[in-house]
Amino acid sequence: MATFIVRRLASMLGVMFAISVLTFLIFQAIPNGDPALRLAGRLATPQQIEDVRKQWGFDKPIYVQYAKTMEKVFDGEVISYSQQQNVESEIWRDLPVTVSLALGAGVLFLAFGILFGLMSAVRAGRFTDRALTVLAMFGISMPAFFLGAVMEYYLAYKAGIFPIGGYVKLTSDPWGWLTHLIMPWVSLAILYVGIYSRVLRSNTLDTLGEDYVRTARAKGLSRREVLVHHVLRNSLIPVITLWGLDLAALFGGAALLIETVFNLHGVGQYAAESIGRLDVPPILVITMLTAFFVVVLGAVTDVVYAVLDPRIRLN
Amino acid sequence: MAIERTIESELPGGGPPASVDSRRTVAGIGPYRLAWRRLRRNRVALAFGGLFVAMVILCLLAPVYARDVAHTTPDANHITEQVKVGGKIVEVLSPSGIPIGPTWHSRFFLGADQNGRDVAVRLLYGGRNSLFIGAVATLITMVLAVIVGLLSGYFRGPVDGVLSRAMDVIWAYPALLLGVALGVVLAVGGLNLGVIEIQGNSLMVPAVIVGVVYVPYVAKPLRGQILGLREKEFIDAARAQGLGHLQIMFGEVLPNLASTIIVLVPLMLANSILLEASLSFLGAGVQPPNPSWGTMIGDGIRFIPAAIHTTLVPGIMLMLTVLGVNVLGDGVRDAFDPRARIRVER
Repeated sequence: MATFIVRRLASMLGVMFAISVLTFLIFQAIPNGDPALRLAGRLATPQQIEDVRKQWGFDKPIYVQYAKTMEKVFDGEVISYSQQQNVESEIWRDLPVTVSLALGAGVLFLAFGILFGLMSAVRAGRFTDRALTVLAMFGISMPAFFLGAVMEYYLAYKAGIFPIGGYVKLTSDPWGWLTHLIMPWVSLAILYVGIYSRVLRSNTLDTLGEDYVRTARAKGLSRREVLVHHVLRNSLIPVITLWGLDLAALFGGAALLIETVFNLHGVGQYAAESIGRLDVPPILVITMLTAFFVVVLGAVTDVVYAVLDPRIRLN
Repeated sequence: MAIERTIESELPGGGPPASVDSRRTVAGIGPYRLAWRRLRRNRVALAFGGLFVAMVILCLLAPVYARDVAHTTPDANHITEQVKVGGKIVEVLSPSGIPIGPTWHSRFFLGADQNGRDVAVRLLYGGRNSLFIGAVATLITMVLAVIVGLLSGYFRGPVDGVLSRAMDVIWAYPALLLGVALGVVLAVGGLNLGVIEIQGNSLMVPAVIVGVVYVPYVAKPLRGQILGLREKEFIDAARAQGLGHLQIMFGEVLPNLASTIIVLVPLMLANSILLEASLSFLGAGVQPPNPSWGTMIGDGIRFIPAAIHTTLVPGIMLMLTVLGVNVLGDGVRDAFDPRARIRVER
């Protein structure tokens, strides 16, 4: 067990190192974007540009620059090019928004994914199943940012049911927090409700065919009891694994799109705005930290699995 | 195959009853014919496949529509012009800068955008770009994933170790974030690999990005399948015949992956089109003034609520196209493997 954990954590650190190098190289490879030129401003003399280059370390060899960058990332001292603000303090300021957005959407799509998946499996082949399949297909095919824009127009501008964009702190106004986030949650969740309900449907159908399900029925348990205690418990395992990873991916994925559409000023929108300004440090830090987060979460999932299921350790 | 055959002939309407005679005639039907037969019976999948084909044809006809119906080009501005709608003369852009909505006439059929450009014409040209990028990206993904999967699944050991770790690294990035990071960098400077040189505003930039980002999503399941295949007797037989590694990989293993690959293609196409739209929406994909459905939605969103049609039109087109591919792909999967086990998440 201990060797498994050590090996898994070692491989996690290896992947994290590779990610940091790759991310650094991607942004180092901007050919026309000499950052010293942009930092020094339009009217800078060659001497000023040279000073900036020295000051920021752009004249050093690339591995020294990498080490410096990583040092800054871990010490929280990365400064953005465009407004020369501390990137990490910006991220910390915006993080509650993105966490609210991702967690709320996560709860929503997990609940509805399970509900729809179960309904589909129990009524497999009948009308409910077909209707839910159509819905899932629409969900999978719907670009989240388009759905968000359409909802904002019809439900906020036209019908006035929800407020128009923006974010309200949970601590200052819980009701406002909820109403401002409902549309972003729904538009993020639709895609995953589609995926999860399909995955759970096929898992449940597989489990329903198992011998122990028949045994449970044969010993006199009701359909409902068997479904909840024997079937659901088993078919949920892969879905919960997926959930952890998808939640992490939401931070760096759909959050960029949805926060931009609803003007929520979260980490995603910070990244999207930095893209518009070609401001490298914030994108570098956000990309790196999100990927780290995904890797750590994946390793934790594997270790938890190994604790729960000894067969995995042998492989 | 024996089990498959009996199941096929026992299905209602699935050929003659399973008598000894009919077995003889059914014998020899390959898995592709069987799959095609099942797909042909799936009316819904075929209808949505038809929807997708119709979208492709429409977009291919963009130059014809622009020249003969709308009499304009995708980038031509008509800011100061007027059009006749039902006898009335209307400004293309109102004095406050709000573009005209759908006229349902030959000119500005679906309205104008904030630069006075014909939305219908840009929609079709944008569709060409979106579909082109989706197709090229899918091709890149499949080719790279097959190579990676074959090498790591067949050789295992250190080759597998290196390739699988590389896949883990790409896998760890959220697809959109990695795409955005690469898109920003390449849109500024283009790509110069010595042999291949791509301009920053070329459509190949988003195509290559989307293609590479999705490689692990296909390579991982392929590798798993190859790990199982290489233990089979026919591989031992091929080796005993003296075939080389390349011959075994491409001559013996690859044909056995064909159905998996066929099933994955429509799913990857749908995902690629969606990722391109997201990248372009954020400004890290197709570069203006070149249209794509994603950039059109991104432009249109700033004119909500004044001109919702600039968002609605490309969005609906994008959704219908992806829906067509997805439902067709679902049908193809069911046709090849009625117990559907292959899935692409995200």
